[in-house]
Order: sequence, then C-alpha cells, then structure tokens
Amino acid sequence: MQLNSPQGPNELRRRLLLSGLGVAGLFAGIGLRLYKLQVGEGETWRSLSENNRIRLQRLTATRGLIYDRNGEPLVDNRPSFDVVIVPEDTKDLAATILRVAEFLGADQFNVKTLLAAARARPPYEGLIIKRDVDYSAVVTLETHQLELPGVSLDVGPLRTYPYGPVGAHLFGYVGEVSESELDKHQGYRMGDLIGKFGAEKSWEARLRGVPGGQQIEVDALGRKLRVLSRVPQTQGNNMILTVDRRLQSFTEQLMAEHDGAVVVLRPDNGEILTLVSKPTFDPNVFARGIKRDEWRDLTNNKTRPLNNRAIQGQYPPGSTFKIVTAAAALEEGAVTPFTSIFCGGGYHFANRTYRCWKKGGHGTVDLHRALVESCDVYFYQVGQRLGVDTIADYAQRLGMGAATGIALDHEKPGLIPTSAWKRARYGEPWFSGETLSVAIGQGYVLATPLQMANVIATVANGGTRYRPHFVRRIENASGELVEEIQPEALGNAGLRKSTLLQIREALRDVVNASNGTGKKAKLPTIEVGGKTGTSQVFKMGKQIKTHNLARHLRDHAWFVAFAPVDAPEIAISVLIEHAGGGGGAMAAPIAHDIADFYFALTRGRSYQLSTGTGGNEA
Amino acid sequence: MRLMFDRRLVYHFDLVLMLLMLGIIGLGTASVYSASFDPSSTRASAFAWRQAMWATCGVVAAFAMITFDYRKLERYAYVAYGAGLLLLIAVPLVGSMTNGSRRWLDFGPFSVQPSEMMKLALIVVLARYFHRKMRPEGLRLRDLVMPLLLTLPPVALILAQPDLGTAGVFCFVAASMVVLAGPSTRTYGIIAAAALSMVPGLPYFLSHLKPYQLKRLETFLNPELDPLGAGYHVIQSKIAIGSGGFSGKGFLHGTQNQLKFLPEQHTDFIFSVFSEEWGFVGAIVLISLYLALMLRGLVVVGRAKERFGALLAFGVLANVFWQAVINLGMTTGLLPVVGITLPFFSYGGSSLVTLMAGLGLVINVNMRRFSPERIPNF
Repeated sequence: MQLNSPQGPNELRRRLLLSGLGVAGLFAGIGLRLYKLQVGEGETWRSLSENNRIRLQRLTATRGLIYDRNGEPLVDNRPSFDVVIVPEDTKDLAATILRVAEFLGADQFNVKTLLAAARARPPYEGLIIKRDVDYSAVVTLETHQLELPGVSLDVGPLRTYPYGPVGAHLFGYVGEVSESELDKHQGYRMGDLIGKFGAEKSWEARLRGVPGGQQIEVDALGRKLRVLSRVPQTQGNNMILTVDRRLQSFTEQLMAEHDGAVVVLRPDNGEILTLVSKPTFDPNVFARGIKRDEWRDLTNNKTRPLNNRAIQGQYPPGSTFKIVTAAAALEEGAVTPFTSIFCGGGYHFANRTYRCWKKGGHGTVDLHRALVESCDVYFYQVGQRLGVDTIADYAQRLGMGAATGIALDHEKPGLIPTSAWKRARYGEPWFSGETLSVAIGQGYVLATPLQMANVIATVANGGTRYRPHFVRRIENASGELVEEIQPEALGNAGLRKSTLLQIREALRDVVNASNGTGKKAKLPTIEVGGKTGTSQVFKMGKQIKTHNLARHLRDHAWFVAFAPVDAPEIAISVLIEHAGGGGGAMAAPIAHDIADFYFALTRGRSYQLSTGTGGNEA
Repeated sequence: MRLMFDRRLVYHFDLVLMLLMLGIIGLGTASVYSASFDPSSTRASAFAWRQAMWATCGVVAAFAMITFDYRKLERYAYVAYGAGLLLLIAVPLVGSMTNGSRRWLDFGPFSVQPSEMMKLALIVVLARYFHRKMRPEGLRLRDLVMPLLLTLPPVALILAQPDLGTAGVFCFVAASMVVLAGPSTRTYGIIAAAALSMVPGLPYFLSHLKPYQLKRLETFLNPELDPLGAGYHVIQSKIAIGSGGFSGKGFLHGTQNQLKFLPEQHTDFIFSVFSEEWGFVGAIVLISLYLALMLRGLVVVGRAKERFGALLAFGVLANVFWQAVINLGMTTGLLPVVGITLPFFSYGGSSLVTLMAGLGLVINVNMRRFSPERIPNF
C-alpha cells in the first residue's frame, strides 16, 4: 500500500480483504439461491410457467341441424353474443358478476350457482354467464371492457327453433348440461349444451359432433396470442326428419283451441309426418337459458305443456278399440259378417244394464253396421263371447299395451288388461262384466294417441306393424350420408285378408255412409276410412249433459283414420282431451282437415280442396 | 489535458475494469432488447436502442471522468453536493409522476433521476470528509455526526418521493464508507447499543410506512397471500428465473418475459428476463462478472495513492454492489421488492450514465496512483 494510511497499510488491507470476502459471500449466496430455483426446482417452475401461458381451450362443435322431409330447416343455429368470464382473470369473481349484472340491467344471475360452476371448471376456462345478449348489452360491455377484466364477449352458435312451438315435443330442446347428466355422459363439461328433450335428446350423440380443443398461448392479461396446437372439432350430423313441416304447422293450428294430441304417419313404413301435443311450449326459451320463473311456470302448469301427450298421454281408447274387438271376433269365429245382434239401447248382464250410447238402440245390427254406427251392445256381446284374454291377444298383436319404441323418451305403454294381469295387480279374478267394458275400449284399457295411429295404420296396410319413426336420414356436415333409417317391421298382426277387408269396408262407411259416426271426416274426392271414439273419463249413473260437467270430467274425443281407403298413404290419430263432445263431432273434423291439407299438398293442383265438413251428426 | 497523453497514465488505464463493465452492459442491453422485443414488429426495440445510446453517453462520461485528476473533485465536493440537493428539492416541485411517486426531472427530450447524481455527490463529499478524519485509533462517534448530517437530507428527500429502495442504498453506501474509514471499537459498540435500543421503536416505524410499502413487506414474507396483487411480482419473477432451468429457454424465447407476465421487465426485473433466457449458466456468468468487477475494484482501492481516492473508489463500488445485491435478492425472492435496478444492466439513462461515470472515477483513481502529488493536501 502506497498511500499514507494513518492506521497503516495492513489495517486497510484487512478491511478490503473482509469487504472482498463479504462481496464474494453475498454473491455466492445469490448463486446458491439461483441453483435452488433454476436447477433444484427448475422443473416445478417450468411447469408453472407453462400453466401461466398455455391454456387449453375447448372448441365446441357446431350442433347438427334438423330438417323436415322437404329440406326445410326446423332446428337451426344462429350466432349469439355470449358473455364469458375467465374467473382467473378477474380480481373478484362475485363482484365482477354483479357488475356485469348491473350493466345488463338485471338481477338475473344466480351468483351462487355461477361460483359453483366456476369451481367445477378447469382453470382458465371461460364460463358463459349469459347467452345471447342484445346489441345494446354488447355495446355497453365493450365500452366498459377496462372496468371488467376477465369479462369478454364470445360469438357462439345459439340453437334456434324458427317455428317456435311447432313440433316442440318432437324436436325437443337443448340446455346446459346438469350435474347428474355430467355423471352419466362422458366428454361433457360444465356449461356444455346437451339435448334435454325430444329428438335433441334421443339423437344427442349424432347431433352433438365431436368437440375439439386447442392449446393457446396467452399473455399476462389472458389475451390469446397464438394457437400452439389444435385438434379440430367435428361438426355434428344433420338430421332429415320424416316430418312434413307444413302439415305439422297446419295441424298445430287446427289444435290451437284444444288440449290433446295428433299423430299422422305413413301406414306403409311408420314414418311420422306430424306429431302434435297440445298445449305446447317454445323451445327457444331453453336454448337461450331458461329463467327460473319461466321454468316454474312450465313445470307447475296444470295442463303440463312439457308432457308429450302423443306418447305419454294414456287414455281409454273408447270406440276406436272396436276395431280390435271386431278383428278378434272375425278371426276367432265369434261372429261372421252376417251374425246379427239386437240392440235395444242396453244390455243386461249380471244384474246390471250396460248402455249403448244410442238411447233408443240400433235395432238388429251386423258387424258392419255395428262398426259404422258404433253400436256398443253388439260389441258387449261379442266381447263376452271372446273373453278378455282373447281380446287382449289381438290388441297386443296390433301393438297395444306396449311402447311402440319410437325414439323419444318416456313413452308410455298404455294398458291392455288380461285376467292374469288383474290377478297380479289386484289379487282378484277377472269379472265377466269387466270384459264388456274392455270390448268397447273402456274399463282398464288405456292407449296413447301414437298407439292408436299405429293400430289404424296396421289395419290399413294389411297387418304389418311398423315402428313409428321420425328420422329419415342422417348426413354429415358436408352432406354425405351417415345413416339411413330403414322402416322397421315389428311384426304381423296375423289377420286374414278377409278380416281386414271386412273392417276396412266398415271404416270406409263410418266416414262415407249416411249413417256413419265419422261423416265429418268425409272428403269429396278421396275416400277416408276411420273410427270415432268417445271415452268416458267419469262413470255416471245417469246421463248428464256434458256442458254441466266440470271440464276435467268431460269425455275425450277420438278419431282414427286412414286414407285413401284403397291405397292408404296416411294414418291419422286425433285425441282431444275433455272435448265436451264426441269423437265424431270434435275429432273427426280435425282428421278431415288434416287429410284434406295432406292431399292438397301431395296431389297439387289436381286436388280439389273440400269446402266444408261432410256432415253434422255425431 | 496534458495529463491525458501521459504514457504512464495510458499504461495504467484499467482495461480489465472497463471490459468487465462493458461486458455487463452488453448483456444488459441484449436483455433489454429481449424484454421489449415485439415479435409482431420488424423494428428493433426502442428501449434497446436508447439503452445503447445511453451506454455510449456513459462511455463518454467515463472517459470524461478520467481526463482530470480525481483529487480535483475534493475541491468541488460541496458544490456538487449542494447542486445535487437542489435538484432533489426540485423533484417534488416540478418532477414528473410515475407509478405513484415523483422521482424524475424532465429536461426536454430526456428526463433524469437526480437521486442517481446525488449518490455520486454524496460519495465524493463523504470521501473528502473521511479522508480528513481517518485516524489510527479509529473514528470517534463525533466523527460520524457530520456524515450523518450529510446523508440524512438526501435520504429524507428520496424517502419523500417515495423511493424506499434508493434511500436504503444511500444508507448502505454511507455505512460502507464508514466501515472502510474504520470506526473505533468503542464507536461500533455504541452504534450496536443504539441499534438495539431502536428495536422497540419498530412498530412506530412500520405504522409510518406507506400502505404499498407495508404490503410489499407483507407479501415479501408470504407472496402467496396475494398472488395477483402485490405478490404477483415476486411469484412471476421466481417463475421466470426458475423456469429458465440449467441452460435457459434461449434468447428471445423467455415466455414469462415475452408474454408480459413479468412486471417492469426492462428495469427492475431485467435479471428475471436474463435468467429465464440464459438459465443458471447465464446467471452464474453474470454474477461472476459482477464479482470480478468488485474484486478488481477492491484491488484498485487497495492500490490507491491516498485515502481520498480509496474512499471515492470504494463508495462507487459499494453503490454498485448494494444495488446489485438488493436487486438480485428481490428478483430471486430473497428480499422485498423495493424497486432497485440492477446496475449496468437495467434499462435507464440517468442510472447507467452516472454508474459509468462513477466507474470512470475508479479507473481514474487507478491511473493516477503513480502521479506526482501535484495537488496539495489541504
């Protein structure tokens, strides 16, 4: 040390040496720290950095569309602005949701549910908190973007049903997947849409498509920078239904005033042209996210609009069941076409009088007239000769008492009683008197409108029972055929040609003869065959004028029909709940209009529309 | 100016020190380039260009600092100190606001941070003072009163900006110079006793910290408390450094950096950017450069012709050292985030130019160790 240190060079050197050691020591400490972070824990930090920047994003597949048999879209997708929150990008999720609610001008969010959904969702995945916001909401949210970190607007496909309630029970609706559905179905996540009802549910697997995914790189604000890898989604398949939208809409209009159901199908293959259940609902409210009060209104409604009466409504078939009894009687030889029975307006059996609907009685009737005029006494006696189990056998051969197997959920089987059934059900033997009621479609007998459509279709087509179906083709997004649904013959009723001919002739006269009960279904140029039915809801000791009865106790009106009689193209089943009138008065005019409209559609200009209904008697 | 061409002076120009410094600046500028790199733009980053420009200014400043005999500074020490203090006083009056504090003075196209210049002035003034007061038996307590009075005004002004980190560095630098000057054993004892007696006053001190400073302290103790708020910086910095692993992600490939997860990435957290991209290997190389710079500097201090030069060089080195340690400590999660930049490395003109000028003085001290004693000891 050259300098003149007062403490001597050694003292200064000592201090510098100590400083040097201190410097080296602290730097070594930092070096150790770096070793720990970068070498020891490097992998951990690296995966954290990947999590930081790489987010897995789901690419939801566009749901397939649904068309009617003529290619008219029935169920479509349209773009909608959805409000999406990435909870990790918000400071306070609950506060952010409330703030968005403020901007949207509604307290429509269930914050608790959304928070639960946020927890159930993989990190950094967006949560749709509101679908299909309107333009002013889009503008408002865009304007306040900076105050709402983590909130963004996404354009997503929204399911739309352009015809609203038309065919709602058939097409069904979609909604966000529920927790129980998440347990049941694989490959779904919170917030995904799933078919909840109708075709949307039954054909979920076909319609949904395969969701894809992409790894995206994001910056610290969660903004997407680029796509690292991508598994493209596959668009769902399109469905082409057997339904004719025009006939469906027309029928819905006809039924506007009624509760009930209508099924129109093709007897030669089971294709459903129209399936109506009234009252109905608008599936669009489900697609955009149903509000709680809307849901409550739908489910608490006494008329149960969500119930598909065509397949879930079980009604006594009433006189329409006489077709079954007649077929059984002819096949079993209980009667011949020439067997006559006297109807005096009632039939005494086991100390009871079983009335005919016609007070004065029909006089002497054979099978043909008994069907045409719907004589109850004739069928009481025929039923007695046959016995309940024989009747049940024929009813089952015609598809009653069991679900048809249409691709819709919750189909009811109806009920065809047998003596064995009664013993099992009630522990009692079958009473012969009960057979009389069964023979005219009352008592324990229950059928759905779809089953009755299938019965009349089977009689019309020569005895082959087809499974009712409403999907014709499934195509992929580029229009290539994926699956063609073939008609499925479920069995043959095993009825002789002569039997079928005899019944069809009678059904022709039900509509076309002057004494027929279904004259109101008569068309001027094309022959319609059919059978009326009026099923009692409430057994009365004596007759009361129907308009004095409480509505829910009034009779149901039935009409089953097919046309043209000689080469049937359509089978129709009409049921009107608590119609306040008989099948001939209430249901037959509807079948008339349906058939009229159908032939106007298919025959084109050469077809002359009917100007009025055929007759005015029940 | 005649001295500039003295062959002896050129011979004793410490090229090693200069190259070490330029090496660190080079790596720093590259990191600033990466930190402000925008892959979507073809233009080179403005920050890197400006940093290179400032480095050039710094080289000029450093050479300016060796053109004269450093001992002349002794004469102007108080002038520099007074000027620095005036600038500091001007900051709260006319300074510009960034991030909730006022630290800058705007001079047209560029702005300066007076605290950086003040640091150099304080070092000079303290060097002058201790140069006169050093005694064989060590500094008495009363010899420390003046340094305290010299240090307190700038520290108070800087604390008011508020800039806790820089104020701390001032104290560390002053303390380092005190240690080199050598207090007596008795003085050390009294200071230690006073420090211990201060401990009960800690709660009072804590209650007078700004909320953001308290929060930084709290989150330093437990960063996970507030991962998106105050703890965000530390966690993101640790993720950046740790994920660099042994060999790093490669230049311009640091994802934490490029995707803006790192806060203040070109200034306070530039080391995180560097470590993420160059890994443990790069970080060790950089720390070794700092260590080499320090040790080489200490050699210069030891070889200095007289006490003023030794104290001056030591003060400059202490400043570089404490800044480096505090910055490295905070980016690696060892120390609270106090907003100290990494010397020669972080982006920032005033800081870089003053630091380089300071190192120029160290080189000056080294060059003139054989010079004739032309300036009388007054």
